[in-house]
Amino acid sequence: MAEKVLMKGNEAIAESAIRSGCLHYFGYPITPQTEVAAYMAKRMPKIGGVFLQAESEISAINMVYGVAATGKRVMTSSSSPGISLKQEGISYIAGSDLPAVIVNVQRGGPGLGGIQPSQSDYFQATKGGGHGDYHLIVLTPSSVQEMADLTSLAFDLADKYRMPAMLLADGTMGQMMEPVVLPEPKNCTVDKPWALTGTECKREHNIVNSLYLSPEVLERTNIERFERYKEVEKNETRWEEYMMEDAEYCIVAFGIAARVAKNAIKVLREKGIKTGLIRPITVWPFPTEPIRKAADKVKGFISVELSMGQMIEDVKLAEECKKPVSLCSRSGGMIPDVEKIVKSVEEMANGEAK
Amino acid sequence: MTSQILIAGFGGQGILFSGKLLAYKALSEGKELSWLPSYGPEMRGGTASCSVTISDESVGSPIIDNPDVLIVMNLPSLDKYEKTVKKGGVIFVDSTLIGRKVERNDVKAFYIPATKMAQDMGTPNLANIVLLGKVLKECPEIGMNGMEEALKKVVSKHPEMYERNLKAVEAGYNY
Repeated sequence: MAEKVLMKGNEAIAESAIRSGCLHYFGYPITPQTEVAAYMAKRMPKIGGVFLQAESEISAINMVYGVAATGKRVMTSSSSPGISLKQEGISYIAGSDLPAVIVNVQRGGPGLGGIQPSQSDYFQATKGGGHGDYHLIVLTPSSVQEMADLTSLAFDLADKYRMPAMLLADGTMGQMMEPVVLPEPKNCTVDKPWALTGTECKREHNIVNSLYLSPEVLERTNIERFERYKEVEKNETRWEEYMMEDAEYCIVAFGIAARVAKNAIKVLREKGIKTGLIRPITVWPFPTEPIRKAADKVKGFISVELSMGQMIEDVKLAEECKKPVSLCSRSGGMIPDVEKIVKSVEEMANGEAK
Repeated sequence: MTSQILIAGFGGQGILFSGKLLAYKALSEGKELSWLPSYGPEMRGGTASCSVTISDESVGSPIIDNPDVLIVMNLPSLDKYEKTVKKGGVIFVDSTLIGRKVERNDVKAFYIPATKMAQDMGTPNLANIVLLGKVLKECPEIGMNGMEEALKKVVSKHPEMYERNLKAVEAGYNY
């Protein structure tokens, strides 16, 4: 087995991206993801890659757009307010059917917000963010190991389905260190006949574009794109089930919230309340199926989030009003602690949940 | 076995470095661990804290609400975290910098004049390491195992620091 090294989550993202064949990185510093850019700045020049600190996030995402059009693996990273700035570019990249990886190490919002961890960009990441009919593949790491693994996966999925993929992390994941086995170096194995690589007068020229003035053509393009999204939903939905076999209550949580939830489940089980966890690893596509199935077995769901309650809407849609769903959340950079989660589940078990 | 260790003090005292050393020590022992710093606009003089969890099994939450071991290097940190320590837990106090005693009697407390000891040794910025030495002695579940290897890794770019750090660890250990 490869050696375990100790790394910050942000550094693991950067190293994993490089090992995935990403030699182009454009960004702009913002806490709590700055280590991604710092790592890239240090490493890229040594391996013949490009690190460029753009003059703004808007500029960085459009550089990503440009490189993506040439078929090269490319990444940008930021944190919540910076990701808002990138939305126009993300919509263009999605509208041009280009693969790219966008990392959001979330912090509290709205506005400039704060710098402590948050998951309140869930709506933005999973329901659009930019304008128009499109989706991103959204991966949510829950450990430094997953920061590395899911970054690598994000590049593969983006290439495979010709669409942007987002790594939706949070400040805790970015700042914490854990042992990690880094992925083996690899490259893109997907053919990209659409890429702008120069015709050398040997082929028709390719066009990368998101402008369709004929509504008939634009509709057809959107429908075709959504056919591809269906494939993503069918093939790429990922989640973890933890202690669900005999669970009477099901916590749904991702990222840092899922880590705290696991501790809470231990406490709850010692108290005789059989609780389990469904942890979405992709939040788009959302693991609807396992939650729908769990609804036939459990007495209720508790959505644990670092927001005022965003994912809870998808949980409710997934379980089709079969069982009560309650929210256990903190916002603004606060993290629900074990005690709070235990109390939420107890309230539901005692029929006191609102 | 899981140990949750919270280290707190002023920025610039090497709070995060102490935690990093513990993390590398756990790594070289082949244990599971997480290291989570407080992060923010604080620089030298601000408050800093660092949560290290070391375990034989995979670590759940990296956030520590109730530490088994608390290491404090300033009074605000003792005031803030004393009440959070688990019953039967241990508190290590840099007694050069903190005048008061631990008020709880359901925890063990050790007082080490770490800052003075480090100054006397000519390495005033290694008080954090002196304190850590005492922790390794009094907390057998953490212990000395893997410490030298961890030190070598953490100061690999400055080999002259290895001996100094090792001396600081030993001074604390033997206090």
